[in-house]
Amino acid sequence: MTIFRQKSFGAGIVLFVLLLAAPFFIPKFYTYILAVIFVTALLAMSLNLVVGHGGLFQFHHAAFYGVGAYTTGLILAKTSWPWLIGLIAGPVAAALVGLLIGMFCVRLNRLYFGMLQISLGSLVWAIAFRWYSLTGGDDGIHGIPMPGFISSLKGSYYFVLIALGISLILMYLIYKSPFGTTLQAIRDNAERCAAVGINVRRHQLMGIVIATFFAGVAGVLFVIVEGSIFPDLLFWVLSLEVFIMCLLGGWFTFAGPILGAAAIVSLRTFVGTHTDYWTLILGVILILLIFFLPDGIMGYNYRQKIRSWHKRTSEGRVV
Amino acid sequence: MLRVQDLQKSFDDFKAVNGANLTVERGQLVAVIGPNGAGKTTLFNLITGQLRSDGGKIIFKDKNISRLPPYEVCRRGIARSFQIANIFPRLSVFRNVQVSVLAQQKLSNRLFRPARNMAVEETSRILESVGLADRKLDVAGALSHGDKRTLEIAIALGNEPELLILDEPTAGMSPDETAATISLIQRLADERGLTILFCEHDMEVIFNVAQSIMVMQHGRTIAQGKPEEVRQNIEVQEAYLGGT
Repeated sequence: MTIFRQKSFGAGIVLFVLLLAAPFFIPKFYTYILAVIFVTALLAMSLNLVVGHGGLFQFHHAAFYGVGAYTTGLILAKTSWPWLIGLIAGPVAAALVGLLIGMFCVRLNRLYFGMLQISLGSLVWAIAFRWYSLTGGDDGIHGIPMPGFISSLKGSYYFVLIALGISLILMYLIYKSPFGTTLQAIRDNAERCAAVGINVRRHQLMGIVIATFFAGVAGVLFVIVEGSIFPDLLFWVLSLEVFIMCLLGGWFTFAGPILGAAAIVSLRTFVGTHTDYWTLILGVILILLIFFLPDGIMGYNYRQKIRSWHKRTSEGRVV
Repeated sequence: MLRVQDLQKSFDDFKAVNGANLTVERGQLVAVIGPNGAGKTTLFNLITGQLRSDGGKIIFKDKNISRLPPYEVCRRGIARSFQIANIFPRLSVFRNVQVSVLAQQKLSNRLFRPARNMAVEETSRILESVGLADRKLDVAGALSHGDKRTLEIAIALGNEPELLILDEPTAGMSPDETAATISLIQRLADERGLTILFCEHDMEVIFNVAQSIMVMQHGRTIAQGKPEEVRQNIEVQEAYLGGT
């Protein structure tokens, strides 16, 4: 498979091995932060499947993250079902809700898609927030019992790292597949895609289902790291934050959102302990970004490429 | 192969197409002419499903296709190009055509297998035949206007259409580019046995190339026939050719 021949894949392996060894060398707190970054990175990557590659304004992506977390959390906390069912049910439930909400949203275009998506997603949040007897309402549920091998910090760290690795490989394959290529073509020009025989809405819906599935996986991983669920997981503020991660890292690149997630989680953790105004710093970074790197940190590369293409075109041939 | 009967389309009070009739036989090169605003592009958009007609029939291969969405029309064998260069600007030239070939081969929904190894031969052949093979790795948005229009035709060819519809394929081109595009269209018709329906402003081009010409005015068909017949049609002369 071509993925194993990529240069960046080699770098990824090195990084992966370093991360495998990390818990033995760094303090517990940093291990925990790394695990949080992994979870958030997966969430941002899943959003970027539809936003960056699909061109769909999925404004309320956290709803599906929350559905995944709540499904798994509730099964583990309130039933005596085997834990494996709990872990699998999370992503499946997220994908089902994604399918349901997506069916309404893909009928609309651009911003209208985003508006409907944010309202339907908020509905899901309202259910988690209000259904006190089931979800614990505002308080959520804490101290969810975990199976032995992931109950320790190290155990959960490794589980999350491996789940992230597998998810990223799957996402990369999808990104490079005919499905992914077609999705990017729809982002560029939906009208043209319809004219070459592609059922645009069905294709977009499939993209949403895949993205919400991975958001569900991220939700499950959150439960494993934190052992709790609460309504903030599916609040729209989180969705906005994840959206910013995609923009920050570079939404037309594959791995950009990972970088964006790492940047924002670190900022919140390390600057947030010194000042409550850490979002102010985030704001300044965003303004600088819009002026100097409009395609995100990793998008810089992409822009240079386009520029050299343009140059070649104007020099090489009569335009 | 294609028969349009008394087609109607209004935008609010404006009747853009008001009684269009058109016959295209297999293997023919058919041109639609008419002054600006005559409804040529609207007619093409109705045939390929971008717009839905208010009345009339569009019969393709003995089936009424006037209610089908664009992707269904395409799957029945009609591909088209657009008047403004309608391509995938962020993808490479190769990918632009490959997307359409993948759709034709029903591979668009494949997950997990890399696209780079799929439909390579067909895509390369098409790029070769339209003369874009040496630009295949360039990002499509950076092509010159003429090359973008050629790429559009290449994308349409990826569907292996039976009927190819070209909406002003030479709009905005230099005389040289126009000549090259016209000879490309003629070559495609000869080599692939394609049936082609197109509209065009350059009268000389049309009367030299087309085997059948349909004339539109105010959304209505006023004549269709062989070039010499149309040239002699007095009504056409008054409406379009400026009288004699």
